[in-house]
Amino acid sequence: MSARDRILARLRGNQPAQADALPDLAAHYTPRARGEAKAARLARFRTGIEGFHAEVHVSREADWPALLARLCADKQVGTLMYGANTPAGQRLTGAGCGATTLRPWAGQVEDIKADLFHRVDAGFTQARGAIAETGSLILWSSAEEPRTLSLVPPIHFALLDAATIHPTFYDALVSENWAAGLPTNALLISGPSKTADIQQTLAYGAHGPKELVVIVINAEGDAA
Amino acid sequence: MSTQAPNTTGQPIAFVSAQALRARMHDAVNDPHLRQSFRGAMDFLMAKRAAQFPDEGELDSLRSLSESIRQYSLSKLPDLLEQLEANLIRNGVHVHWAETPDEANAIMLGIARRHQAKLVVKGKSMVSEEIEFNHAMEAAGVGALESDMGEYIVQLAGEKPSHIIMPAIHQTKQQIAKLFAEHIPGVDYTDNVDALIQIGRRVLREKFEIADIGLSGVNFAVAETGTLCLVENEGNGRMCTTVPKVHIAITGIEKVVEKLEHVAPLFSILTRSATGQAVSTYFNMISGPRRGGDRDGPEEVHLVLLDNGRSQAYADEQLRKTLQCIRCGACMNHCPVYTRIGGHAYGTTYPGPIGKIVSPHMMGLEQTHLLPTASSLCGACGEVCPVKIPIPELLIRLRGEAQSAPHANPAMVGQGAGYDAKVSLLWKLWARLYARPATYRAFTWLATRFRFLTPKQQSGWTAARTPLKPAPRRLRDMVKDRR
Repeated sequence: MSARDRILARLRGNQPAQADALPDLAAHYTPRARGEAKAARLARFRTGIEGFHAEVHVSREADWPALLARLCADKQVGTLMYGANTPAGQRLTGAGCGATTLRPWAGQVEDIKADLFHRVDAGFTQARGAIAETGSLILWSSAEEPRTLSLVPPIHFALLDAATIHPTFYDALVSENWAAGLPTNALLISGPSKTADIQQTLAYGAHGPKELVVIVINAEGDAA
Repeated sequence: MSTQAPNTTGQPIAFVSAQALRARMHDAVNDPHLRQSFRGAMDFLMAKRAAQFPDEGELDSLRSLSESIRQYSLSKLPDLLEQLEANLIRNGVHVHWAETPDEANAIMLGIARRHQAKLVVKGKSMVSEEIEFNHAMEAAGVGALESDMGEYIVQLAGEKPSHIIMPAIHQTKQQIAKLFAEHIPGVDYTDNVDALIQIGRRVLREKFEIADIGLSGVNFAVAETGTLCLVENEGNGRMCTTVPKVHIAITGIEKVVEKLEHVAPLFSILTRSATGQAVSTYFNMISGPRRGGDRDGPEEVHLVLLDNGRSQAYADEQLRKTLQCIRCGACMNHCPVYTRIGGHAYGTTYPGPIGKIVSPHMMGLEQTHLLPTASSLCGACGEVCPVKIPIPELLIRLRGEAQSAPHANPAMVGQGAGYDAKVSLLWKLWARLYARPATYRAFTWLATRFRFLTPKQQSGWTAARTPLKPAPRRLRDMVKDRR
C-alpha cells in the first residue's frame, strides 16, 4: 500500500457515518447585504483601499490615458510595462504615455526577466473587479496580463471599472460563478506590499510593489 | 481506532524532552525583556483583533459559519482529499502524499534533485517548519532560504519562529539591526525599520530572480476547483509561487474545503482574528502551472499532503476538532501562559494553546505530555477561536490521556506517558475521602487536631509560598458555635 492509500484508509476507517449538513453561507450573508448603489460601493472600496495606502484617482472614461501619463510623470516612471492586446492596452498604445516609455509585454517571462526585475519602473493592468467591503482589487492572470506584471515592478497601476465593484468577496465569487472556471492565478490585492514583522512596525514595499495606484472609470451615474 | 500513527521519529529540533519544558519556562519567566516584548505584542494584537469585530452579532454568526464549514469539510475529509487530488491533476499539478516528515522531505528532495536545484526560496509555511525542511535540504546540499521578513530574520539568527504568524516577534529592532549588520555583506547598522525592510527586499529580490524552486504552504485547498489559496502581506508568497520554474506547496491533510465559496468566510475570519486586518494585502488563488497562453508562472507545480499524526486526531470524535484549526494564532495572542513564556519555551513547532493540542499527535505524548498542563484553563483560547475549537476541553482530555494508566487500544501514541502510580493512588484516596460525608468528616476532624504534623517543605508549593496548614477549627464546628 502506498502512503496515499494508508492515509486514506485510516481516514475512511474513522470517518463519521454521515457527513454534516452543507453549511448555509447565504444565511450569514443575505441578511447583512447592504443593497448599495454603485457610488456607495465605490466610496467604501475607496475608503478601504486608501486605508491600506493605495492611491485612488477617479477619471472619466475618455481621459484615463492622459491621467495615467500625468501620474507616470509625477512619479518619474521611465518605463511602463503593459499588455498591449487588451482593450485598455490598445487605448494606451494609441494614446501614448507622455514622456514615459510604453513597453508591451512580449514573449515568455524568461525572455524579459532581467528587464522586469531591474529596468521596468511600473506595471499597468486592468482589474477584473473589486470588493467594497475590504477595499480589494480582483485580478485574474491572463496571457495578455501575466502574474508578474502586477508583482515585480515597484509601482502597480490598475484600471478599475466602478460598475464591477462587488459588495463582498462572497458576492463576487458566487455572482460570477468563479467555481466554474478559474484562471491559473486569481488574486485579491489590497494595497501595496507591506510587513509588520519587525516590532509590529508597519513598513510598505516589502517584496511586491511599493505603490499601488488605482484609476477608477465609469464612476458617473448610478446604473449598476 | 488507529494507534499506528507513524509520527514519532526523525524530529531533530522540534523534539524537546518533556522535562526540559519546565526549565525553559522557568528561564522565560525570569527574562524581563522577553516578557516585555511579548506582553506588548500580544496587547497590540488583541486590541487590533477586537477592533475588527465591532458587531458581536456578526462575529458570532461568522464564527458559527466558519466552525460549520470546517466540521463539514472534516466530515467528508477522505472524499474531499480524493476530489482535490483529481482536480489538481486535471489542472496539471503533481500530488504527493506523505505519512511522516521524512517522507515529505524525501519527496521534495527528489523534486529538487531532478531539477538540479541549488536554491529553494520559501514563502511562510509552518508545515515546512514542522518537518524541518530547511535542515533536510541543507543536509543534502540544497540551499533553503526563508523570504518572509520575519522568517528570514529568524533564519539569520539560527532560531525557530516564536509565533506562527509573526515569527520574529521576540526580536527587537536593535537586535535585528545587529543581525543584518553582522550577516549581510556591505550593510551598516541601522535600526530604522523602513531601512531594514528595504535591505531585506534587496537581498531577497536577487534570490527570487535566480531560485530554482519556490516553496509555499497552503491556507485553504479547494477540492471542487483544485485551487491552492495563500494569504500574505509581503508579496514574497507570490514571488515564490510565480517566479521560479518549480513551485512546491506543502500542507497538512486537514486544510481542504469542498467549495470555493467556503474560503470567503474563512479568509475573512482568518485575517481579522490573526493580525486584526480586515483583509491581507494578497489573497493568492493558484489553480495550476503555466499553461495554454500563460506567459509566466511555474512550469511545474507540486502539492505535498502531509499526515504526521493528523489521522490519529481524526480517529477520535473529540480530538478531531483539533483539525478545525485555520492557524490564525489568536489563541496564543490571548493566552496568559504564552504571553509570559513566549513561543520558544514550548520547544515545539506550534507554540501556545494550538501547539499544546496539536503537537501530541505529531510527536506522541511521551515527548509532549507536560504541554497540556501548561495552562490555567482560563478559557480565553476557546473564546477567541474563530472556528470554535474547544481548546480547554481538549487540554483536559489530553491530560487524561497522558496521566491515565496505560491501557490497550489507546486513542493516542504515548497514552499513559505521564502516568505515575503513586500520584494516581493519592488522587484515588483523595477522591474516596471527599466523596463520602462520613470519611470526609473524620478526615477534617483529624486534620485540625494533628495540624502540627503538616510538613514545612511542600514540594513545588513552598518554592514561592508559605506552607499550607489546616485551620485550627473546621468550618462545620464554627457554624455549630454560631447557632
